[in-house]
Amino acid sequence: MPMVKISIQALSLQYADGTESLRGINLDIHANAITVLFGPAGGGKSSLLRCLNRLNDLTEVRTLAGRILVDGQDILDPKTDVIALRRKVGMVFARPVVLPFSIRGNLTYGLELAGERRKSRLDEAVETSLRQVALWDEVKDRLDDPAIALSGGQQQRLCLARVLALRPEVILLDEPTSGLDPISTGKVEASLQELKRNHTIILVPHSIQQAARVADYAAFFLQGELIEYAPGADLFTAPRDKRTGDYITGRFG
Amino acid sequence: MNSKQNWQEFFIPRLIKACGYSAIVFVALIFFFLLREGLPTLVEVPLKALLDPRWYPIEEHFGILPLISGSLLVTVGAMLVAMPFGIGTAVFISEIAPRWVREILKPLIELLGGLPSVMLGFLGILVLAPFLRVFLNLPTGLTALAGSLLLGAIAVPTVVSIAEDALDAVPRGYREGAWALGATKWQTIWRVTLPAAKSGVLTAVMLGIGRSIGETMTVMMVTGNAPVLAVKLNSIFSPVRTMTATIAAEMGEVASGSVHYRVLFFIGIVLFLISLIVNISASAVIFRSKKRAERILS
Ligand SMILES: Nc1ncnc2c1ncn2[C@@H]1O[C@H](COP(=O)(O)OP(=O)(O)OP(=O)(O)O)[C@@H](O)[C@H]1O
Ligand SMILES: [Mg+2]
Repeated sequence: MPMVKISIQALSLQYADGTESLRGINLDIHANAITVLFGPAGGGKSSLLRCLNRLNDLTEVRTLAGRILVDGQDILDPKTDVIALRRKVGMVFARPVVLPFSIRGNLTYGLELAGERRKSRLDEAVETSLRQVALWDEVKDRLDDPAIALSGGQQQRLCLARVLALRPEVILLDEPTSGLDPISTGKVEASLQELKRNHTIILVPHSIQQAARVADYAAFFLQGELIEYAPGADLFTAPRDKRTGDYITGRFG
Repeated sequence: MNSKQNWQEFFIPRLIKACGYSAIVFVALIFFFLLREGLPTLVEVPLKALLDPRWYPIEEHFGILPLISGSLLVTVGAMLVAMPFGIGTAVFISEIAPRWVREILKPLIELLGGLPSVMLGFLGILVLAPFLRVFLNLPTGLTALAGSLLLGAIAVPTVVSIAEDALDAVPRGYREGAWALGATKWQTIWRVTLPAAKSGVLTAVMLGIGRSIGETMTVMMVTGNAPVLAVKLNSIFSPVRTMTATIAAEMGEVASGSVHYRVLFFIGIVLFLISLIVNISASAVIFRSKKRAERILS
């Protein structure tokens, strides 16, 4: 049995406007695997990801109940060091937002915040993380150009690289390939397969096809509830719940 | 019905055009009038007399340098107050304050912006000036410093509301991206949000400068109105007189067409040019950063 990296227990989330976006979620995320969260829009997938690195602290939330254990520590505990948590649990957003710095600046910013000053370390992190997302060859000659000058697909991979540069243990990806062409999507998916050897990956895919391609484990969300959770190979071939089946065969969604 | 529509199609665009052009015509007329009344100064008064360090029109001393230096001193002082305070308040409102505080503060600051400046002048004379006199042990509290502080207060609402709009327009993703990399709230504001809103914040500062350099009533009431050439840094603690206050105070008393009258108009031209320079450099800064963004995006 693979190790459980994150254990979500009875997690409920209600935003300040009364929207109940998560209801009693119980979910164990396995280390060194890709767990896919999928389902129709508004199901609470992004909300769940944002709980995992406490980005929801910065939104107005009415109630947040339950526990999220990362390596056995409850991260919802007010005493948690949120900054350290965000370095350990990195997040890539659906729309790539490169920061208004150079390409290099985007990659080193997180490390500098963490106190890294040695240039050799920073340079090494820039190269390693860019290679991991297959971007090194495309940008190695213009690391000091503004990052906004990159194409959308390159920006998306840069955003992934800037998270990798921090060497997080868990990587959260919210539709990281939604704006990408099939070739770039393929590159990102290939990197994820590489990355899962050393990282725990939680991915909200942008299509069911992608979910089926990459999922080691898959969780189906519908209106804030976890309907079904199983190894990807089982869930996409023999779903147990009728609603999961209907969704993956396209009968609703 | 059709003929009514045609009628509308014909007249409304022309009406709108006329409104638009009339704005240009008015500015041109004002400028023309200023030039017509003021430019003869250069013929009637030798340049050397205009550069005289004294403004004492009764004895034919028309040195405008004390007035220019007075305006600049008070304006620079005002910006030193308004910039940190205005930008700080804008950051607080848009990035830090909880929603209910924001909803109280925003209209309050806009209200402050609408306050007649003569009321601030009152406060200046009755409260600020005596306080400065006692606190700093000065012969009089009616100084450039008092003017700067009050003008700063007048410019703050302008700076706040424009800078706050600019910060608001920064995509949420910038902030979330920085937070997700482990930046604290403050690091995010300083390194990401403010730089991203740079051109809007600059506009805010420029408009704040424009607001303070043109302000008349308050400075007339609290700066002591002594036309002394301000050359040293500690001039801030002595009375000064600004260009606007001079025009406002003296225009009513001069004989139309006299030399004094012409020089006052000439000061008007100088004021106009300074505002123009401030505005043009503001738009140049904004234009440049826009063009750079466009070049990069294309
Ligand atoms: N900041 C917020 N304030 C209030 N309600 C929110 C907020 N963010 C999300 N919601 C609501 O919570 C519910 C879940 O949203 P969430 O973004 O988690 O869904 P999702 O599964 O990621 O959907 P999608 O596939 O469209 O990205 C929705 O009903 C949404 O409107
Ligand atoms: Mg989402």
